[in-house]
Amino acid sequence: MEKHVTQINDETRLGLYREMLRIRLVEEAIADRYGEQEMRCPVHLSDGQEGIAVGACMALRKEDKIVSTHRSHGHYLAKQGSLKAMLCEIYGRAPGCVGGRGGSMHLLDDEVGVLACLPIVGTSVPLGVGVAYAAKRKGEDTVVTVFLGDAVMEEGVFHESANFAALHSLPVVFVCENNDLSFYTSLEVRQPDRPMTDIAKAHTLAVCELDGNDAVTVYEAMNGAVKKARGGGGPSFLMCNTRRWREHCGPRYDYELGQMTEQEFEALRADCPMAKLGAQLREAGLLDDAGEDALRAELGKEIEEAFEFARNAPFPELETAGDHVYA
Amino acid sequence: MPEARSLNGAEAAREALFESMERDPDVFMMGEGIADHGNFFGTTNGLMEKFGSERMLEMPVAENAMTGIAIGAAMMGQRPVMSLQRVEFVLLALEQIFDNAAKIHYATNGRHKAPIVIRLVVGRGWGQGPHHAQSLESVFAHFPGLKVIMPALARDSKGMLIAAIEDDSPVICIEHRWIHFAKGPVPEGHYVEPLDGPRVRREGSDVTIVATSYAVLEALATAEALDKVGISAEVIDLRVLRPLNLDLVKKSVAKTGRLVTIDTGWITCGMGSEIVATVAQECFSELKAPPQRLGLADYPTPSSRSLVTDYYPTPEALIDCVGEMVGAKSEQMEAARADMAEHRGGLPHDVPNPTFQGPF
Repeated sequence: MEKHVTQINDETRLGLYREMLRIRLVEEAIADRYGEQEMRCPVHLSDGQEGIAVGACMALRKEDKIVSTHRSHGHYLAKQGSLKAMLCEIYGRAPGCVGGRGGSMHLLDDEVGVLACLPIVGTSVPLGVGVAYAAKRKGEDTVVTVFLGDAVMEEGVFHESANFAALHSLPVVFVCENNDLSFYTSLEVRQPDRPMTDIAKAHTLAVCELDGNDAVTVYEAMNGAVKKARGGGGPSFLMCNTRRWREHCGPRYDYELGQMTEQEFEALRADCPMAKLGAQLREAGLLDDAGEDALRAELGKEIEEAFEFARNAPFPELETAGDHVYA
Repeated sequence: MPEARSLNGAEAAREALFESMERDPDVFMMGEGIADHGNFFGTTNGLMEKFGSERMLEMPVAENAMTGIAIGAAMMGQRPVMSLQRVEFVLLALEQIFDNAAKIHYATNGRHKAPIVIRLVVGRGWGQGPHHAQSLESVFAHFPGLKVIMPALARDSKGMLIAAIEDDSPVICIEHRWIHFAKGPVPEGHYVEPLDGPRVRREGSDVTIVATSYAVLEALATAEALDKVGISAEVIDLRVLRPLNLDLVKKSVAKTGRLVTIDTGWITCGMGSEIVATVAQECFSELKAPPQRLGLADYPTPSSRSLVTDYYPTPEALIDCVGEMVGAKSEQMEAARADMAEHRGGLPHDVPNPTFQGPF
């Protein structure tokens, strides 16, 4: 993949930090309140992986589209999906982004290009490619970002989709979040020891492997991939290495399930995308304790208000449960 | 309505595609071998020349992604018509059909639509065998959110396919190979045959025969033979398998008191089972005899012509079934069988007409 030339400015770096912090605080708030048994749907939390969502979405325009997976809160929020609509959806309330029909695993905000977040592994990949195909047919310059996990590389549909995207030089960026785990099964048990980027390369995609916990790196690589896609240069594949912190599904940290020791978990958590960028910002004199506190207070207020809104929102009417089966 | 000419089902489907693509630039075809020398069983002749490869999109052999790509494009307002030369090919894409095509409108609270048409062909004759002759309509008809249609008459092959392409919901259109050969009146130009439910194709008073696709044509021929021996059969063409509207069937059973269903697939969990269950629930007191179901023999489709002699529900089986229900005399049934044998004219049982020379 061509070396990106974007020089990231201070405002963007601060923006990346802010968006990561926002996602982190939302996920923590969900985890803290999950035990209240009011959010009665499965939640796949994404703390620890914010660098990829934020770095990728910061490089997109509002009208660009994304599709995502079961672990989509970060992507949805980074693309500026409505927080209130997301929380209402998780609480099963009528103003939820899909009216309580989907829950956490079916987020959507088509006003800002969050087209579909779907839980079956690989299922949204060809949808994203189809969206890109439609854009190309209509002569639009929309770029479609397909977020996928490392396990999607084991699904045939990835190869089928990448093959078609490459064949037609479609404006797609595949962003692979390699968090090493599918449920609790590590990569080495599921795939042979070979660079995953080789798979994408075999489909003639432009590839690069990068530290997914470095939002600036993700942003810069994404900028290059998006520019290439928008210019008709075809699809790219960014493999972003990261780790998820919580259990596959639910509010607990992985060590609380005995999946690892607390020491191992702390070592893993030390490689925090937010802390990494935060330290750089502080070193550059762009962030200090007062700034951090102000940011946390501002975001905390927004999040608290959104939870309040969701908890008080009405449930959808039972009589509407059978609506929208046919268009 | 413009004047009708006699076309076969394949020619009628071709006109549907032509009219739809001509009228709406968002309609495009996608599939495997959609414009090769066989022209998709004669349903795509001349379309490549007319519309070009952009709108006659030859796809990689990757049915699952193909289906997802069609759905993604449809979400953006395109109207893809995906065509697969055998039903079995789509088995590699069921996840996309059941999870996304059937649910994207519902699961997005009405925000997205997936106006795709998936044309699937059921093979029969000349030893199509276990993987090339399955009629799996009841599998698709299980899912809310899908529309499932099986045209029988040539007029429907065109009008229902146009309706399917213009429908905002995903439509599975199952085309039996042998309806491609069957001729019937087809109007010129653009017209729509609504996807609203069954039609009575022949009125009768002694028994209601509900059939799908090619079985409708056989049922109509058999009904003629039965009529000559004094048995009056009403034949209903099911047409739309989901959403399933059985009002017409119930009305007919109220008149005849007897019901026979003919599936182009297997009997167990087939469309006939659904129809009989509904009639038993809602028309129990109207019934003069236990409803009967006909369909494929309960094993995979063998290839050898000697093994498929009794595999498909034959006119003879239908005559026996109806005769027993109405208490016909053996002479009546013999006469009706002889009439059907004459109608068939010694044609081998594994070909649809005298001109058929294989291989499909």
